[in-house]
Amino acid sequence: MEKIVIIGNGISGVTFARFMRKLGYQEQLIIISSETKHFFSRTALMYIYMGHMEYKHTKPYEDFFWSKNNIELVYDHVKKVNTQDKSLKLESGEAINYDKLVIATGSKPNFFGWPGEKYNGIQGLYSYQDLQKMEKNTEGIKKAVIIGGGLIGVEMAEMLRTRDIEVTFLVREGHFWGNVLPREEAEMIADHMRKHHINLHFNAQASECKSKDGKRVSSVLTTEGEEFEADFVGITAGVSPNIDFLKESNIETDKGVLIDEKFQTSVNDIYSIGDCVQHRNPPAGRKSIEQVWYTGRIMGETLAQILTGKDVRYNPGPWFNSAKFFDIEFQTYGTIDVEKQENENRFFWKHPKNNVAIHLAFDKNTGRFIGINNFGIRLRHEFFDKKLKMKAHISEVMSDLNEATFDPEFFRSYEDEIISEFKNSYPEIEVKNQHKPWYKKIFA
Amino acid sequence: MNTIQKIGIIAFCSSLFIFIGLLFTSSFTLTSEITGEVINDSSHFESLSPGLEEIYDKQLEKPEFISSVNAVKEAVNQQYRNNEEWDKVIHTDYTLSLTRAALSGPVKSNTLLWLLVILGLSTLGALMYISQKWKDQPAGIKNDHLMFRSMTNRGIIGIALGVFLILFYIFLYKLPAYIIEWIMLFDPVTMLIKGEPASQWFMYGFFYTMAIVIMGIRMFKKYRHSNYQLLRTTSVMFFQVSFAFMIPEILYILNLPSVDLKNIWPLDYTFFFEYRLNEYIESGTIGIWMMVWGIILIIIGVPLLTYFYGKRWYCSWVCGCGGLAETLGDPYRHLSDKSLKAWKVERVLVHSVLVFAVVMTGAVLYTYFTGKANIIGISSYEIRSWYGFGIGFIFSGAIGTGFYPFMGNRVWCRFGCPLAAYLGLVQRFKSRFRITTNGGQCISCGNCSTYCEMGIDVRWYAQRGQNIIRSSCVGCGVCSSVCPRGVLNLEVKDGKGRFGNKVLTGNENTVSS
Repeated sequence: MEKIVIIGNGISGVTFARFMRKLGYQEQLIIISSETKHFFSRTALMYIYMGHMEYKHTKPYEDFFWSKNNIELVYDHVKKVNTQDKSLKLESGEAINYDKLVIATGSKPNFFGWPGEKYNGIQGLYSYQDLQKMEKNTEGIKKAVIIGGGLIGVEMAEMLRTRDIEVTFLVREGHFWGNVLPREEAEMIADHMRKHHINLHFNAQASECKSKDGKRVSSVLTTEGEEFEADFVGITAGVSPNIDFLKESNIETDKGVLIDEKFQTSVNDIYSIGDCVQHRNPPAGRKSIEQVWYTGRIMGETLAQILTGKDVRYNPGPWFNSAKFFDIEFQTYGTIDVEKQENENRFFWKHPKNNVAIHLAFDKNTGRFIGINNFGIRLRHEFFDKKLKMKAHISEVMSDLNEATFDPEFFRSYEDEIISEFKNSYPEIEVKNQHKPWYKKIFA
Repeated sequence: MNTIQKIGIIAFCSSLFIFIGLLFTSSFTLTSEITGEVINDSSHFESLSPGLEEIYDKQLEKPEFISSVNAVKEAVNQQYRNNEEWDKVIHTDYTLSLTRAALSGPVKSNTLLWLLVILGLSTLGALMYISQKWKDQPAGIKNDHLMFRSMTNRGIIGIALGVFLILFYIFLYKLPAYIIEWIMLFDPVTMLIKGEPASQWFMYGFFYTMAIVIMGIRMFKKYRHSNYQLLRTTSVMFFQVSFAFMIPEILYILNLPSVDLKNIWPLDYTFFFEYRLNEYIESGTIGIWMMVWGIILIIIGVPLLTYFYGKRWYCSWVCGCGGLAETLGDPYRHLSDKSLKAWKVERVLVHSVLVFAVVMTGAVLYTYFTGKANIIGISSYEIRSWYGFGIGFIFSGAIGTGFYPFMGNRVWCRFGCPLAAYLGLVQRFKSRFRITTNGGQCISCGNCSTYCEMGIDVRWYAQRGQNIIRSSCVGCGVCSSVCPRGVLNLEVKDGKGRFGNKVLTGNENTVSS
């Protein structure tokens, strides 16, 4: 009997295993993880801390699911991969051999080797263990500093605020999530964070953590010489592939495990998917390392098809992503760079009062729709996926905008305002407003 | 928690303590005059008064008084039964009215004062507490700390509340004489509007409506960013205050059948009982119209409206049980069981109750039209009393509401309500309603499943890109509200493609998941 071993029970590894079974694979499947016994949704860690959910709620499948699908779970830590005799050495001392190996070990938070970063009370947030640590580290504290202005940073800020902890947020860039978001929307989010009593500092580069008693962190110093008191420091300046255990193996790695379009590593019968990989030839317009939930899932789905004999390659459709910044929901479809590109026209609209905004990019010359960021308004994934794939013209996207909204019934509709503003900015582009009021939709 | 909230809680709890304390403030003295006034059936009076004479002019505690009265009646009836004098057996309940009439104490002397103290303190306290909740927070999802609180996550306070509610229902249905002080509190109100003392049902209806209104105001605050939730809450508050509470009282004053015109059989399981049918018929055109209206709701209203909007048009917009669940029960919605096992139990139970309701009603109508009580050896009167006890009292009352803090706010609606089962069948097989998922945006976080009061594992569908068309979905819209990635949406659309193909957008090599 063939034996496929998966290291890591995150979304990539679990999706892979599930799809293997779905596609009729009947041989042995083993998932090894030292994080938790069962698969849970990492993205929900914040809700456990905030008291919206308990750990059990974050498990997408009931515990019987795994044995029912004949997927073996091993709660242990892989110390070493021996590619010669195809075996894994585990923390418990046991060894497991494999016929095929799938490495899906995800990421770990970035640290930068700053002086003092090893003091107690300093941590990142990625794993279940990190959450437990954060629970302990923040017990009874008053002040926290978060370093790094991205998604995990804003999540951590939200978490800490639910416990009435004063939060100072140090962002290296000139605006929030500066390597992803254009300035306009970043400013709206910054305003919203201030409403949630976050002390935001931009262009603030942390350089050192200090401790009064030599054990527990007490303040953070920036390169500018500013000092911020801190009983807790969250370091959320990105994540990198979690592959230290492969260092002594002969599997080729760079920042991540190097893979081809079929997830094959440099060693036969060893594949890698998810956050921990680095694509040798990423798909057109995509980065070599993309650490999001969705790409992990797509890789798992695709590798399962490959290993059950289908001749396919990693081929994610148009880029999409989503997040939530306190109360502002965010979705994105296609590409919106931080800066307006040479060939682009841009259109940004924000409601004067509400936290609702969209940012569109389209080609200056051909009118081809390139991407959209939307905030506080829900838009349909399928709609934009289709428009992006058919290289639709911006006038078509704007004219069909009412089909794209995914907001609940009776919600205020913003299409009229968006379209009329767009017409003002680009009078040469023809847009038909096909918006219907809600009562017509109800009886549609 | 700030000072205003603390004062609010103190006020509310004091009102609760006074309310409970009032039950221990009265003494009971029966006299021959009282007995004569209360028992106006002369043959009943003759048979009961010799026994009752023994406690005349004695000042008794409540339990002793009630048990003495009950013992007298039981002894009299036992003798009739022994002599096989079945027509003489006394079925009228005199205990409650004798207890009321024999009562003396603060509630009797200062009824209105105590009523105002209790209603005033509790309303003011609750509103003070609610007014400060989520203060200074921008609009958004407000579920912080829910899992840490004793009150909302099966801690001691939650358990105490559950026990209190269960006891309340037991006394309300089976031992109303023991809570006579609570019932009497409302005498000034009912004397004013209809010139008679309050019944336990008036008291119950009043508190029920008050709970929906006050906790409805809380919903307005909690979900102020969602027009769907605001409108829905307004709707349940409106239907409770008008249709369930005020209109029946007005109908009563007008000497018409005092019914809740939005209550539908088989939830309204007495709809076809002969006393109800006779009442309709005796009330002339308007009575007939009311009966026809009720039947139209059953055979046209339910299927048609459910076809267009899903069962939510009733369950989370109109229904009284739903109204209480969506307001008072909102802090408990996450306690529903999402396991596959619970779903299996739910399907068996809720459809069994529907079958039971249909059989019971069939038997009742058989008796109505033929005048024969016996059907294959079982009396239709017995069947209806089983239903009334098992379903009406235990399931929908004591468990339905008493289990909010244990198993969530929709235990009755999910496992027991026969109307929900009927609406659910229509919704499952023939409706334009569904919850759609937004392409591949689901991150399996589990907020939707956690906050589904009906125990639907919404995430199971969302993470596969599949529409949710479960029969139990009451369309409260909370899954869509709590979703952090904008994945879920309640929609009414053409029936085509409703059962959907399970495809997650975003992978060009996608396979049906």
